[in-house]
Amino acid sequence: MRWTPQEYAGWGRALRARGEVARPQNPDDLLASETAPAFGMRRSYGDAALNSGGRAIDMSQLDRMLSFDPESGELHVEAGARIGDIAAAFAPRGWLPAVMPGTGFATVGGCVGQDVHGKNHHLLGSFSEHVAEITLIQQGGPVRVTPGSSLFRATAGGLGQTGVITSAKLRMRPCKGDVMIVTERRAADWDEHVALLDASRATYTVGWIDATATGAALGRGIVEEGESGAGLVRQRDKARRVPMDAPHFALAAPIVQVFNWAYYHRVPARGRTLVKPMADFFFPLDKIHDWNRLYGRRGFHQFQCVVPLAAVDELRAMLEEIATSGLASPLAVLKRMGPGRAGYLSFPMEGYTLAVDFPNRDAARALIKRLEARTADAGGRLYFAKDSLAEGAQIRAMYPELSDWQQEVAKADPEGAYVTDLIRRLQLRTTT
Amino acid sequence: MMKSWIVLGAGSAMARPLIRRLAAEGCTLFLAGRNTDALEPLAADCRLRGARLVEVMQFDARNHGNYAALIDRLAAEEGEINAISFVGSMPDQSAIDADPELIKGVFADSFTGPATFLQQLAPLLEQRGSGTIVGISSVAGDRGRLNNYVYGAAKGAFSTYLSGLRNRCGRKGVHVMTVKPGPVDTPMTYGMKMPFMTTPEAVAEDILKGIRRRRNVIYTAPIWRLVMLVIQHIPEPIFKKMSF
Repeated sequence: MRWTPQEYAGWGRALRARGEVARPQNPDDLLASETAPAFGMRRSYGDAALNSGGRAIDMSQLDRMLSFDPESGELHVEAGARIGDIAAAFAPRGWLPAVMPGTGFATVGGCVGQDVHGKNHHLLGSFSEHVAEITLIQQGGPVRVTPGSSLFRATAGGLGQTGVITSAKLRMRPCKGDVMIVTERRAADWDEHVALLDASRATYTVGWIDATATGAALGRGIVEEGESGAGLVRQRDKARRVPMDAPHFALAAPIVQVFNWAYYHRVPARGRTLVKPMADFFFPLDKIHDWNRLYGRRGFHQFQCVVPLAAVDELRAMLEEIATSGLASPLAVLKRMGPGRAGYLSFPMEGYTLAVDFPNRDAARALIKRLEARTADAGGRLYFAKDSLAEGAQIRAMYPELSDWQQEVAKADPEGAYVTDLIRRLQLRTTT
Repeated sequence: MMKSWIVLGAGSAMARPLIRRLAAEGCTLFLAGRNTDALEPLAADCRLRGARLVEVMQFDARNHGNYAALIDRLAAEEGEINAISFVGSMPDQSAIDADPELIKGVFADSFTGPATFLQQLAPLLEQRGSGTIVGISSVAGDRGRLNNYVYGAAKGAFSTYLSGLRNRCGRKGVHVMTVKPGPVDTPMTYGMKMPFMTTPEAVAEDILKGIRRRRNVIYTAPIWRLVMLVIQHIPEPIFKKMSF
């Protein structure tokens, strides 16, 4: 395993790091080498995958599916395997990962480390709630971690601080096939949008929200509900690539407004039901490789918060501030979450989550700061997978089990071998 | 029709996406490489992706003792037999300068090993009148360059060999395709900045497309066909002063 100096970035490309990176081909390489924090496909937006001035391990080549038990649906898979890849291999045979995040490029290790959620969070909870076992390499060697232990709760959503996740056993869920039957409905305003999400009984539910609509149209969007199905649909078009960094005006307010208007009106007023390839529903943006380049060289930030059910009006006020700022991009999501979470630092809480992208500019950073303060006031929480701007004290207060996590991490990694830029920036391992 | 593929150098990073594509198509796979233990996880992965049958085999380019046994095993499979070789090795030119005996190993890995195996395998495919042999050569074989001319010489020999094999087998219904990759993002090149670098996924795509279209020689990334055309036509008096 060769260490080479590299410059690399999180998905938002606003935060970058320089340091040595190695990309092992076999798990044994990890045991033979000095340890370091690990990353997968670097789909966390901020600095969760970065280690400036230090070393990091690129796990993307440790991506093999090792065994599957059709009785229990348990899949043993290496940590670098991509969720979309697993879904593509198993859905035709009637199995899916229980929880899939919004990009199929996320790796199993990353999904555990951020305890990610998907469009079915209201029913099935978070990713790591469907993990039967995690194999970690700690400085002393490999360790198997099972649910119920405090080490498991520190590892699920634990930002890689308990060791390098090398493999996991996922409890897959039966599905009908590899297509999705999707119902899309317009929600004319905020109240209707929230009402549709509340009333949804579908397995998968998500709201696309027009974060540029103001006044009476504030909060309008499309509520998508999906169920897996079997059958034939036209194959997914080949993925396209963004060939270069876009100029800064590519996502200027008028362009975004026109795009959002068209995106909203493409769904007929009475709604519609479509049959789609599975990946089109779960990973819509994966069709455009490197779409983060649309934000240009300066990159972008994603603001994602979750607020309790009772704070829905506060969330509406936050959206209003976003919409009137004219800074939002086309990609905004509203979803109702259930209570499910697997780790001390897991993001989910029962309530509503809103995610909006902003170009990396002064005005947007200032807006995000205000939104973060409002999230704190609403009793909500920010997401480590997305964050790149939060204040340490503010975000630490949002995680009531932080000290439990810190205790386990201190035991698992007393020397701080797995500390990343995110941990340093937010001082997550600093006990007070 | 049932298709079987033997993959020489199945442990190489360049081979992995292609192997997975063949697995998803339901092929029978013989994964051959030096370190068979390291191939087991990939074999398991291929089974889960839908390969009809996967076997791991010992293949050492520098030891030809078991080649006949490997070919006997392949002959036991019905249907179309196909082969692809990813083997090769590229020590630093400076290491070779220090120890010229290394040339022997480079030639064994990049030329004599795979050629010896394919030479023994060809009659089986000819007898069945079907199948494809794919040899991974290199753009380095198109012209000797300052930085890797021993590797280039071995790959050049392999390209010439494949050209002759194509001439021989083509008349019996067996297709031989030469693949000349430029730099590919693998452990061999990890961390280096190189022009027109491509990925193992793109290489797999190009190879499968080439096989479908029964192409004779492909470059991957395709731009290298043009680049090498230019490089091959630089007059020697000028070329000998260049260092890239």
